[in-house]
Amino acid sequence: MNEVARKPVARFVPLIVFAALLVFFVVGLAWNQDHNASFVPSPLIGKPAPAFRLPRLAHPAQFVSKADLLGKPYLLNVFASWCFACGDEHPTLMAYRDKFGIALIGYDYKDTPQAARDWLQRHGDPYREVITDQSGDTAIDFGVYGAPETYLIDAKGIIRYKHIGPLTPDVIAKRLEPKIRELEREGT
Amino acid sequence: MSPELGQVALILALLLSGLQCLLPIIGAWRGSKPLMATASTLAIGQFTFVAMAFGILMWAFATNDFSVAYVAQNSNLSLPLFYKLAAVWGAHEGSLLLWMLILNLWTVALVAFGNRLPEAFFSRVIGVLGFVSFGFLLYMITTSNPFGRMLPAPGNGADLNPVLQDPGLTFHPPTLYMGYVGFSVAFAFAIAALLGGELKSTWVRWARPWTNAAWGFLTLGIVAGSAWAYYELGWGGWWFWDPVENASFMPWLIGAALIHAQAITDKRDGLRAWTLLLSIFGFAFSLLGTFLVRSGLLTSVHAFAFSPARGVFILVYLAVVVGGSLLLYALRAPKVTGGKSFALASRETLMVLGNLMLTVACAMVMLGTLYPLVGEALNIGRISVGPPYFGPLFMLLMTPLVLALPFGPLSRWGKADLTVWKRALARIVAMAVAAGIVGFLFGARGWHQLLGVTAATWVMAGVLFFAIKRWREAPRGKRYPFEMLGMMLAHFGIGVFIAGAILTRSMSVEQDVSMKPGSSVGIGPYAFRFEGVRELPGPNYRAEQGTMVITRDGAPVATLHPQKRTYTGGQVQTEAAIQAGVFRDLYVSLGDPLGDDAWSLRVYDKPFVRWIWGGGVLMMLGGFAVVLDKRFRLKRVEETETIRPHPAPATPRKLAEGEA
Repeated sequence: MNEVARKPVARFVPLIVFAALLVFFVVGLAWNQDHNASFVPSPLIGKPAPAFRLPRLAHPAQFVSKADLLGKPYLLNVFASWCFACGDEHPTLMAYRDKFGIALIGYDYKDTPQAARDWLQRHGDPYREVITDQSGDTAIDFGVYGAPETYLIDAKGIIRYKHIGPLTPDVIAKRLEPKIRELEREGT
Repeated sequence: MSPELGQVALILALLLSGLQCLLPIIGAWRGSKPLMATASTLAIGQFTFVAMAFGILMWAFATNDFSVAYVAQNSNLSLPLFYKLAAVWGAHEGSLLLWMLILNLWTVALVAFGNRLPEAFFSRVIGVLGFVSFGFLLYMITTSNPFGRMLPAPGNGADLNPVLQDPGLTFHPPTLYMGYVGFSVAFAFAIAALLGGELKSTWVRWARPWTNAAWGFLTLGIVAGSAWAYYELGWGGWWFWDPVENASFMPWLIGAALIHAQAITDKRDGLRAWTLLLSIFGFAFSLLGTFLVRSGLLTSVHAFAFSPARGVFILVYLAVVVGGSLLLYALRAPKVTGGKSFALASRETLMVLGNLMLTVACAMVMLGTLYPLVGEALNIGRISVGPPYFGPLFMLLMTPLVLALPFGPLSRWGKADLTVWKRALARIVAMAVAAGIVGFLFGARGWHQLLGVTAATWVMAGVLFFAIKRWREAPRGKRYPFEMLGMMLAHFGIGVFIAGAILTRSMSVEQDVSMKPGSSVGIGPYAFRFEGVRELPGPNYRAEQGTMVITRDGAPVATLHPQKRTYTGGQVQTEAAIQAGVFRDLYVSLGDPLGDDAWSLRVYDKPFVRWIWGGGVLMMLGGFAVVLDKRFRLKRVEETETIRPHPAPATPRKLAEGEA
């Protein structure tokens, strides 16, 4: 420490270190302005969706697997009857189900089939098909972070886009629609 | 009372703080007595208005004035009065107001107890505090007004975040802020010394009681926060290396280093530049802590609302205050190296070692805390840094410190008496080994437990050895002056803390179980019988309360009632039930219903967990005890402002070895 006092230049070191730190803060703050801090990037985007085989809600004895859904792009919407935010999302799904242009598949997450059926009865059923994952094991393969979540999966079974949280008209118009149109262009 | 009045009070306080910064400093610079004389009056004036604003906000909470947006967001008709008052600092705006109030309390305390300081120095100190205050008031008024109206007023408020509805919360922020903000006094002293070009280091002695008091409060604040996490978060942890915890721990480490550096500068006139630098860093880390919590820069369990304007303001403020101080330091720090020389084996060496370890530990914590930020800024992905990094590195850095700890007080300034070291070493080793053996006989197995027992005894035996030596050698009445007593308490507290931290970690038994009414689970000699869950109404929540009967060899030990509360806002909060004891806590926390009357429960046996906080409380008492020392009582200062750089030793030279 005595060394520091002897050499005047060395006494600027703390100031320089602090200035460097400030630069990081500025960058970090600027980064935060246009990024959502709770955004978790999915490593599965651009990768094949995990293989799954899950019972249908309507007929629990019948199963739907990943292979059954190949050939056409579809949206996979993770929901549950216990999930409040799913209730917020639901009217949007009801309004948009025919406007997506592709199939909307429901993924009933950690729920009992009876509760899910009652819920859909009460609020309306926007889904072409609902598959149930009572244990939540397959959801782990998908990297489900919490309901609701929506995956866009293309005809080859590759995850092209993922949205965490409720879909809103704004999110659909700005983020989801362009991705769906992109798939349609690829298809033609 | 009209909330607008609170707003006006804040604006008046802002104006006064601006004057408090300018007038006394100009006065000290120009040597104008009338200008310098304004310092105390302006400080008291500012305090009055800030206290008024605080009182008005508290009144708004007490009277359920939901037309005030902040009250509507953080209170509720059914919230108990106690929590209504504590809700004043339950969110961003109010905690800033509390920060301001506490800064003003420290300033007023300085006016009350420091008015015997040389006038010019005192004026500069008050001026610097005025500057600090001005920035924060400006921040509040421009970005975080707690008095904003919400019209039409809602009929009821949204309620205080249930996580915060715990007695721990009422103490945690105020004591933590007392510590954070308290470092502003040491900072103001250092800046005043740099501004005034103080050649002597006398100012350091004036600063010492303030630093110790601030550090004591910070210790208490951290202990309260840790205990609160243990009770309220429902899984029995007491420290998480969460960014916000780290934000309070960094100034604590710097504060501990500063306390020792100040002692060297005060007694031996050495490390002058280092003491200045640490004084600046202590407060810089307090501001950094505020910045990190308030800017939303780091994601954390302490999720406060994030607003970019706020982040930018604090960043600019940080740049001005810390950057300005460091520039001042670079330009004006004492050019001559001073201080008495010391041998390699001396108290100075050991204290410098301790300083080094504490500052490196602080740097380590800072690196880990900011690393995710750096990762994002450089776009190398989302990284989180957690206990696997902090835990081992902290242990590693603290090992030399703990090993050296007993020998610091036993060493003489300048040159230590090696025969004393040898004698002490032999006894301390003997006691630590004996403790290890006793621990082994009592069933301690595994190197963690044995290490905990020996390390803790090592530190405590060192303090005891010192106490005995001092008792024998010093004359009655002069054996343990407060400064020394504080050191002994704090060092002993470190030993107690080590025992608690290591033993809890290695001896805890934790079971996550699913239980039906009537079923039992055994942990060690204890049997936990689950009696089921019933509903219980609370003032602003509905609780599901479990009953757990604990017996040992058939004899009842305790009946615990863990709760799971659903608050009016829909948030769910666990309340652990704890049978607290000196040697062990039995901890039960209620999880989720699993259907068919079964519940998931967490059942823990946590031995020695209380020693963690007991150690912390001892450290706090140590910090406070030092404040009482007669050495720091200011005598009416001679007008000439020449103060002897060193006092004549209070005790005969042969006792110097035991001098604090």
